[in-house]
Amino acid sequence: MSVQSVLPAVAGPRRPLLRRRSAIPGFGLTMGLTLTILSLVVLAPLSAVAFKAAGLGWSDFLAAGFSQRALNAYRLSFGAALIAAGVNGVFGLATVWAIVRYRFPGKTLLNALIDLPFALPTAVAGIALATLYSSKGWVGAALAHAGIKVAYTPVGVVIALTFIGLPFVVRTLEPVVRDLAMDVEEAAASLGARRVQILGRVILPALVPAWLTGFALAFARGVGEYGSVIFIAGNMPFKSEIAPLLIVIQLEQFQYREAAAIAVVMLAASFLLLFVINAIQAWARRYS
Amino acid sequence: MSPMFISADKPRPAPEYTAARPAARPNEDPAWVKALVLSAVVGFLVLVLILPLACVFAEALKQGTGPALEAIKDPDAISAIKLTLLVAAITVPFNALFGLCASWAVAKHQFPGKAFLITLIDLPFSVSPVVAGLIYVLVFGAQGWFGPWLIEHGIKIVFALPGIVLATMFVTFPFVARELIPLMQEQGVDEEEAATSMGASGLVTFLRVTAPNIRWGLLYGVLLCNARAMGEFGAVSVVSGHIRGLTDTMPLHVEILYNEYNYVGAFAVAALLCLLAIVTLVLKTALEVGQSVHGRHV
Amino acid sequence: MTITIRAVDKRFGRYPALNNIGLEVRDGELLALLGPSGSGKTTLLRVIAGLEFPEAGQVLFGGQDVTYAHAAARQVGFVFQQYALFKHMTVAKNVAFGLDVRKAADRPSKADIAARVAELLKLVELDGLGGRFPSQLSGGQRQRVALARALAVSPQVLLLDEPFGALDATVRKSLRRELRRIHDATGVTTIFVTHDQEEALELADRVAILNKGQIEQVGAPQEVHDNPASAFVCGFVGEANRLVGEVTQGRFRSGAIQVPAPGVAPGAASAYIRPYDIVAGAPGEGFEATVRRIVLHGPVARVETVLDGGQPIEASFAREDLNGAVQGGRVTLKIKQAHLFPVVQG
Repeated sequence: MSVQSVLPAVAGPRRPLLRRRSAIPGFGLTMGLTLTILSLVVLAPLSAVAFKAAGLGWSDFLAAGFSQRALNAYRLSFGAALIAAGVNGVFGLATVWAIVRYRFPGKTLLNALIDLPFALPTAVAGIALATLYSSKGWVGAALAHAGIKVAYTPVGVVIALTFIGLPFVVRTLEPVVRDLAMDVEEAAASLGARRVQILGRVILPALVPAWLTGFALAFARGVGEYGSVIFIAGNMPFKSEIAPLLIVIQLEQFQYREAAAIAVVMLAASFLLLFVINAIQAWARRYS
Repeated sequence: MSPMFISADKPRPAPEYTAARPAARPNEDPAWVKALVLSAVVGFLVLVLILPLACVFAEALKQGTGPALEAIKDPDAISAIKLTLLVAAITVPFNALFGLCASWAVAKHQFPGKAFLITLIDLPFSVSPVVAGLIYVLVFGAQGWFGPWLIEHGIKIVFALPGIVLATMFVTFPFVARELIPLMQEQGVDEEEAATSMGASGLVTFLRVTAPNIRWGLLYGVLLCNARAMGEFGAVSVVSGHIRGLTDTMPLHVEILYNEYNYVGAFAVAALLCLLAIVTLVLKTALEVGQSVHGRHV
Repeated sequence: MTITIRAVDKRFGRYPALNNIGLEVRDGELLALLGPSGSGKTTLLRVIAGLEFPEAGQVLFGGQDVTYAHAAARQVGFVFQQYALFKHMTVAKNVAFGLDVRKAADRPSKADIAARVAELLKLVELDGLGGRFPSQLSGGQRQRVALARALAVSPQVLLLDEPFGALDATVRKSLRRELRRIHDATGVTTIFVTHDQEEALELADRVAILNKGQIEQVGAPQEVHDNPASAFVCGFVGEANRLVGEVTQGRFRSGAIQVPAPGVAPGAASAYIRPYDIVAGAPGEGFEATVRRIVLHGPVARVETVLDGGQPIEASFAREDLNGAVQGGRVTLKIKQAHLFPVVQG
């Protein structure tokens, strides 16, 4: 650096108009692009639903968004998603435990398969599950023999949502189980705790936040799921019709506002769930 | 120093060490627990994951390979495959670019409202795909905000390629960003600061220092984004209009064939999508194995 | 290159990290920024490097204002605490990076870069390891790579953030000498951050001591140690017994202990007494204490005692002056010198 342009000592610092926040460049550009794209692709179109539903007026909105048919559809969507998330909560935890702690042949294959619901198009899953669990299918035939009907009933919806939700629970729990320090278990054992006590007092409490997060993610995904469900659900109004399908039906009848009203109710539920998930994660961070 | 006992412990009998064989290590489950857990897990996964997958191929090949291949070579199927590839070819690079921008801004810089921005980026994951399709119908459809103007100018968005692309973009929006943000946060800013202090420009720092560190994560995100883009059903179904041979993607084509009771055809195209899913899983597993061999961390 | 820091303020949220910092770094000197964690020393180093930007004040390099200049333009060499080596590049590529990324017009030829890399690796005694990856090196070797990489760009200033923090004690000692040797060989103005007073006193030409975002004292190691400017410096640099008492009539009193306090204002004060400034006294002079423990370090005896009021006092003197003192027995001690500081109210 040459010293030709020595500034007089009295000269104040040339403060840039926008104060630098960081030495790493590119903040303005990347942030600008991020916000622009986010607004155009996600936020602006989402707000359109609210505007459309608002066009109904309050009483019509209630009539469309909370009609008996809609209420029944919400009950099926939310109820089946809740049960499916519960099933995944139990079997997902067992799966994670087996993957992380046990050695057995075919573990890599099994581990890879867990993500099948992420990779497989939902429509394919839908027709496969419908065929498999129909009264003529491999599994459905056996169940029909025992007098249990799965396909085209709410039970079928639960099966489809279990398929969809599994990786959410497994992949949320897996890193936490992996990071469970073995030395903590060893410490508990050296203090005289039995295996069941270690499980109940040391391991499971540490997994609660991740378990709840995975449960909530699976539930949120299940509530909005469409493709894998419609083939196996039966789609009988008031009985086996899920909420997203009701939106599609309204749309096919060109009842845009009514469709928007149901969408707004579902969006509100999504936001609530998102809020709950964030709260769980904030709560989980209190230890770290 | 006096002994540090605060209060007396309850007296206990002296321990007896009478184990005939070594006790299980404290963090190892007994064999019967292992057997129980493993059989429950395998049974569950067979019922929920493996049988459905097997079912697709079995149904597709029910009448041999001939009819299955026939269904795939059908002109409508071919056009659906082409459309699906085209949609993925537009959305995946776009979302990868967005993911890179967003993760650079979020992970390498400090600003207020960061957590809120991350929540907004994740938002499409919590929105029902059907709602994702609906919003574009409401904006660009005949009854929508820009509907009249678009009709006047002869531009078709809904029930045409642009609508399908937009809806797919929406549902796959967070994939790459979600993969990269935690990865870049974990890597910190030390290496970027070191490069900057040695005189490297922003672009050079990104290309030569950051990019090599995130390339596997980026690939991973792109892989998942691509699988979802090619397989999206709900959102696309709402905006596509189901015009056979024109706006039908592969998953929509599967639905049409299935509803026409053309099961072999439906499952043949579905099997093709299954292969895509299997390739995705294989690549993903290979990436993970490669990562754990080379190690993300030094 | 002289570096002038003028009235620099920097805050993180509501937490003031630097508070009206002024500092003059002389050309070619090796300066240590010493302070406890949270004292602002790393922040000051990062402000000098252009990795953080202050809210107020100026940073001058050789008289030029660089307060808001970009890090890339400052020509500083920065060695990070965790080294920040590029994991995917070989050692040679790491060292060459600063030269490789220059614009074509300023970039040395490939052969020149290779020669410079070889020369630098020789300087840090890593010749022949250019083909290795950082993961294949020990902690000490990584530290040397970081140093060579920072020096490759011919920096105006070399900045090191806790350069030996992540190393074990033996490697620390040898690298400390190494850094001194490299500094003397290159003559580049060097500032390093440390919380280890021994490291600062042994290595640096001058030491700047920071506390709570302010500079308490700047001076040569000996000066800082012998003439501490504040109670904080006295307590932080070197060992000291701390006594709380009062100054009246030119003398400091704390229980049985009295020391002359010429020129110290009357009122509450604290006395800092180095263990080696306490010697064995003849009976009748000084004060008596009970011996708790005696630790012998070769010819030196460290005597841990306690006054009758319970105040512990540690003394350190020659073994032959023990005069048969034993654990649990009584000794007579005398204070040669004390540093007195008035207790600031508030």
